[in-house]
Parts: sequence; C-alpha cells; structure tokens
Amino acid sequence: MTAELPADLHYTAEHEWLRDGEPATFGITAVAADALGDVVYLELPAVGDTVTAGAVVGEIESTKSVSELYSPVTGTVVEVNTAAVDDPSVVNGDPYGAGWLLRVDVEATGDLLTAEQYAAQNAG
Amino acid sequence: MSLDPGVPAPDDRRSPLHEEHVALGAALVPFAGWLMPLRYTSDLAEHTATRTAAGLFDLSHMGEIAVTGPGAGAALDAALVGNLGGLRVHGARYTMLCAEDGGVLDDLVVYRTGAQEYLVVANAANHAVVLAALTERAAAWAASAAGGATGTAAVTVTDRTDATALVAVQGPRALDVLRATAGLAEPADAGGAVTAAGATALGTGGEAGTAGGLAADGPLATLRYYACLPVTFAGRPVLAARTGYTGEDGFELFLDAADARALWRALLAAGAPLGLVPAGLAARDSLRLEAGMPLYGHELDTTTTPFEAGLGRVVRLDKTDGEGRPVPFVGRAALAARAGSAPARVLVGLQGLGRRAAREGHPVHAGEAPDAPRVGTVTSGAPSPTLGHPVAMAYVTPEVSGAGTALAVDVRGRREPVRVVPLPFYRRPR
Repeated sequence: MTAELPADLHYTAEHEWLRDGEPATFGITAVAADALGDVVYLELPAVGDTVTAGAVVGEIESTKSVSELYSPVTGTVVEVNTAAVDDPSVVNGDPYGAGWLLRVDVEATGDLLTAEQYAAQNAG
Repeated sequence: MSLDPGVPAPDDRRSPLHEEHVALGAALVPFAGWLMPLRYTSDLAEHTATRTAAGLFDLSHMGEIAVTGPGAGAALDAALVGNLGGLRVHGARYTMLCAEDGGVLDDLVVYRTGAQEYLVVANAANHAVVLAALTERAAAWAASAAGGATGTAAVTVTDRTDATALVAVQGPRALDVLRATAGLAEPADAGGAVTAAGATALGTGGEAGTAGGLAADGPLATLRYYACLPVTFAGRPVLAARTGYTGEDGFELFLDAADARALWRALLAAGAPLGLVPAGLAARDSLRLEAGMPLYGHELDTTTTPFEAGLGRVVRLDKTDGEGRPVPFVGRAALAARAGSAPARVLVGLQGLGRRAAREGHPVHAGEAPDAPRVGTVTSGAPSPTLGHPVAMAYVTPEVSGAGTALAVDVRGRREPVRVVPLPFYRRPR
C-alpha cells in the first residue's frame, strides 16, 4: 500500500508524525492507520500531563488490534483532540488533519525522521 | 506505536480469487500459509454490511477433504467424535477431530454429499493434520474387524483443497443475493437423492436447471440451516450449503477453483445493489466472536476437550453401528471420563464495562483489586462493532463462570471491569 507522507512533517520510527509549531502537533501516520484498521477507541493523556519523547502516552484501539502511542517529543500537553476521541474514525479518514491527537509545548524532541527516511524504513 | 505487519512469504499459497482481491484493493496478509484478504476497505463497514445486508467472503484457504466409499460413514464415525453415519444425505454437522487424550485437533463441518460420500471442511491451519489423521484412521478402520467386513477398498480419503474454491455469502440479504445472481440455478432433480453414479468431484449431481434462476419457494430458498444442496452456476456444479461463521443467515458455496472468479464477479454484480460488499478476515473474526463461535487456536486447541469449550454435545458417546453396538472412536475413553466429571475450566463470555478491550492472552482476575486472584485467561477479545462495547471469550474456573459474575481483565497492566454474560453476545433477529 502507498500511504501519503506529507514532506513538511517529521516522523518517528514508531509511526507518529509531528508538525512543528508552538505548540507542536502530532498524530499517527496513514501507514499506521491503514495497518490498524478502523480505530474505535483512543486513550490519550489529559491537558497538563507531561509526556516524554519515546515513551508510551496512550493507546489506539481498532477492532482488530491495539497499539501504543509513543510521544515524539518531551513537554506538556496543552490540547487533546476531543473530537477524535469522540469519533476516532477521523484518525483513519484524515490522519494528518482532523485526526491529529495531541498538541504539546515542546521542551525537547526525540529521534525524528524525514518523510524520505520514514518511507525508506517502511519499505525495508 | 509499533506495527505488526505480517510479512507475506514467497511460498504463501494464493486463492483462486487472488486476482479479484488485488483488483478490489484488498490488504492481503499471510494466514495459515495462504495470502488472504484482511480487509478490502474498512473492517467496520464490512462487519456492519454483513449484519445489515450481506458480506462476500473468500474462504478458499479452508481444507476440503472428500471421504467416499461404502464404508465412508462408518470410517468417519471411528475417526471423529460425532455421529456421521447417521447424518442424512444433504445434511451437515459440526464436529471435531480429537486425539486419544480427548484434546481437539480441529473443529470441522462435515457435509454428507451422497449416500457414500462426505465432504470434510477443515481449518486451513489444521488441514495437513486433519488429512493425515483421516487417512490414517480410515485405513485403521478398514483394517479392523468392522472395516474388514466391507473390504479394504471400502473408504477413500482424497484431498480436494487445491481444486476447490469456497465462497460464502452471509447476512440477512444472502438469499436475495443468490436469487439475483445470473447463472445460479437449481438442478432439475434438486431435492432428490444424489446417486454415487451421478456425483461429480464435489459430490454435486444433477443437470443444469432449465429455467435458470432460483424460485422464491424453491429448494435453495427453503434449504434448512446445516443442510446442503447441489446447484449449478453457468451449468457448472456448485455445492450450496446453508452454513456459516458469522451468526447470520447465509450460504457457503463450494465449487471448482476454475469457476470461482466468474461466480465471485456474478455475486458481487448482483449483490452490490442489495448492499453486498466483499469482506475480509478481520470482519470474519469480529463477526464470529460476536456470535460466540470458537476459533481453533484460540478457544480450541490440543490441550482442550470439547467439554471445556461448552461443546460436549458434539461428542456422541452413544453412537452405534448398524447392529446397535457402541462405536469405538479415537479419544472415546478419555472423553467418556471427561463427560462424567466437572471440567477444571469453563469457556465464558465477558462483557467489558469500560472502553479498553480485553485481548487474547490477557489474564482474568476475580476482581479489580490488585490482590484479587487470577481465575483465567482471555482467548479472544475485541470491541464489538454491533454492540458498542468490548466483548471477550475466556477460560475461567467454574466457580466464577456464572452469568453476572463480576471479574476483571488485566489489559496491559491495568485491570478493566468485566461481567460474565451468556454466549453468544449477538443473536440475529428472526
């Protein structure tokens, strides 16, 4: 399958994307959403929680499987996509847009990949 | 997150419908040595379509083994736990192949396709085990006093998996889909006994229907659950069975692999306006789980007897031969002992009271408190698309198996409350 990988985003080896900004926004890639199947439940941290780059911050559950969500950054959660929590199908339908998951005030970033590097990882 | 992509191997076998799946954009995954569709578009959409209209499934990975000859019924009675000799022609039966210790080697559906002809359908993962066991047990039966009476050529076991395609149409509109499908016809002699002389490779006899199409009150429309009927598609033989693995009304269609693509396309073309969609293994699994149906490797395995799985009814300790003598079968002694004693664990349904779903392998505890002891293990679990809450099947100790018992499942380190509920979780409206 060929999933869309916007060139302006950062990626992680664990299939999250990160959009720079203050705060930064992240979610899961179309590759991950396609592999999971229909997402039916999101468990996300609360506003004010601290997250650590490379650490588990939540769960993404589909009918078929469940995956852990890793934070690509260290910082403080400033916004949670409650619309996606209420209707997780947006994670499949628009993973880089309406399907974003968390906005974080970033203190430090973890190991990030470019779109090309991420695509190469998935091809390998 | 991390993905577990299941990497296809070069030697994964391809279904006769492989090109259709590719053309439909299916996500193909390795499954029991085959490359099969996991989903075409959406697990949920395919699941819901099957509950509300109809789903079209390629099950060509399933094993089909023909057991034929004058001793076929008696040999199957010696090989399997059920009473197959007593099955009527065109009847179907859910049964099991057990080891000497009573452990389940596979669960099977057996169709009696003729007076001296049976079709045994095995799980893909167990196909080799079933073929070897049936071959060995049939030979042992033929060499026994019982078999010797009819001669050693009395039974033949033949693998037909490669030559056979299996397509299922499941859902409340399944019959409507078949009736709308051009080229499907009931044979002129439908309903009559299939003679050995008239039987083909699949045990489907009879001539192509003259008028074409299926009558509203015809033999296929009135076919009973767990029965089968030879029909034709474009003049070619198809064995139509009213069986399935979804909890819905539906049909399973066995036919020559070479005819499969034409039938698949005809079903889709006729069924699409009725809501039929192709459905993959993901939907098949969530549908069978809601219907409380066991899946080998999850609820059933070699360490489990049919009694623990709540399926003791399939073990026919009372089956007799033509002279009324009890029939010995492989596993009989162990199963007879089990039948008279309470099992150490019981298969139950669990309704999740939270949002996080219990999954296979998760420990079941007597309660949410950290010191509540472990009482079992989840065998299958998922968020139920139809019911809107998590469901799971689990083996638990008998004292906590009563409906309504409050338990907890350790879901990745955190205990989620669940309640024991009767199986199945979902029953189709009638």
